[in-house]
Amino acid sequence: MSAASKLLIFGGIALAAFGMLYGLHYAVFVEHQTLDSMGGSLATAFTNAADRHLPEAHAAVAAYGETKYDYVRQVDVHSHWIGLAMLMIVLGVAIDGTAFGERIRFWIALSLLIGAVVFPLGVILQTESHGSAFASGLAIAGSALVIVALAALVVGFARQNA
Amino acid sequence: MAVWEPPPGPLGRGQRGPAGAAARVMPQDTPANVAATFPAMGARRLLVFGGIALIAGGMLFGDIFAVFVLHQNGGRTGEALLAAAHAVAAQNPSGVKAAFDQIGSSLEDRGTKIDTHVHMTDAGYLALLLALIQPYVALSAARKKFLAKLFLLGGVFLPVGIFLIHYVGLAYSPFPVIGWASILADSAGALLITALIGEAWGLWNHFRSMRVGAVEAELPEDRSWERRTLLAGGTLLVLFGFLHGAWYAGAMLYEHEARETRILNAMLDAATANAEARPSVNDYGALQAEKAVNIAAHSHLIEFGLLAILLSFVQPYVFLDAEWKRCWVNLLLAGSVILPVFVLLELRIGLLAGGIADIGGLMVIIALVGMLVGVLRYSGKLDAEPGATP
Repeated sequence: MSAASKLLIFGGIALAAFGMLYGLHYAVFVEHQTLDSMGGSLATAFTNAADRHLPEAHAAVAAYGETKYDYVRQVDVHSHWIGLAMLMIVLGVAIDGTAFGERIRFWIALSLLIGAVVFPLGVILQTESHGSAFASGLAIAGSALVIVALAALVVGFARQNA
Repeated sequence: MAVWEPPPGPLGRGQRGPAGAAARVMPQDTPANVAATFPAMGARRLLVFGGIALIAGGMLFGDIFAVFVLHQNGGRTGEALLAAAHAVAAQNPSGVKAAFDQIGSSLEDRGTKIDTHVHMTDAGYLALLLALIQPYVALSAARKKFLAKLFLLGGVFLPVGIFLIHYVGLAYSPFPVIGWASILADSAGALLITALIGEAWGLWNHFRSMRVGAVEAELPEDRSWERRTLLAGGTLLVLFGFLHGAWYAGAMLYEHEARETRILNAMLDAATANAEARPSVNDYGALQAEKAVNIAAHSHLIEFGLLAILLSFVQPYVFLDAEWKRCWVNLLLAGSVILPVFVLLELRIGLLAGGIADIGGLMVIIALVGMLVGVLRYSGKLDAEPGATP
């Protein structure tokens, strides 16, 4: 098993475990409260509107939007960490078959690992400070690393000898 | 450690070349090193069978859901939202509550069906992934087989439990908020977790003992056309899915979030002014559809890519002639492109695109079943060979 293969397989297992632990923590301590808050805000907005309290209704819609902003990103982080981890494990089994030398394979694996960690990290940091340029930059840099690594793997798999 | 040992014969190098040259390469005697990786009713065989069957079942469920439930459910949710807006206009808070109860029920109906589809296919992916790592799970053959059965049992009952949640509710439940269907789903989830902990324990044993080689025969190396096409095609699908996701996040996500708030405010303004709220409700429905097709295209491209990569590893066990193997590979990749592309086009050309997308899903299911038949034939051949033990 090459260094690239080990990096992807063990990195993938570690990332999957981390993603699951994050999901468990989220499901137990955060998700229900967030869903209650979202549903509650929306229902409150309509009830306030029915009582003709329009400013309160608009405030409740704004609260719904803010909570949903966080919810979408929190769920995305969980699914992207685990999804990328599974992809890393599978590609770790196959990467030694690519038409590249060991050094290039290692750099591809490293890019994929760093991208898979950093991209969702940037997304979750957006919930700490909505519209943060640093968090968005981190997410973009991470996804760019994943895209470059995947493009290189497509070439490597397509060019491998029979 | 040599992970891949090239098998001699037609399952390895012999299948290279243009389609015409390999068109009538028939499956021949099973190479011994390939057969050794697929013992009769061993853990790997169970996981490969079960994994492909779960994925095919999950996809079939998804197709049925898309045709018979998805749009009708969206219509019901829209009607309930309109009823909520009418209740606002009539200054009727209890009507608002009733409408939101209806929306909650519709969303639960939709959510549990999507979760059934996702959990069944994902359990299948995990089963195939576990089949790959079996050589490194340092446990006895009997324990590995037990873990494989446990995993597949959980993989079947988890989606069944999730599906029943909406219909069973809290009927005859001894608990105030958890129904029998949730108990079934949670118990099945516990089976999956137990099986995964067992597999992790086996892996830990393997690497802690610093074994140089695998504890059982590794998957055979296969550089056939099918393997290379599925690997490259699968990675390309994942790449496209990722690019689409990046584009959606950069160009549409923030605009969609802002538009949703704007539409809801407009709906409330219209309702309180006793104006017609239907245009806002329609806008809200269109926005949800726009989000849904983009997310579905993104996730299906990536999931089909992962599926193609996983299936590339089981190609040595697909006992069909080269023409049929290529046919299933091409059908799988074609369906994997057609479904997400036409899901995206649904916004522009309507239900026709939806129908074509469903056909794309059906193509993937047929390819999966074709490959499963090949694996079954392979197993039957192995078991029928002289000296084979049942």
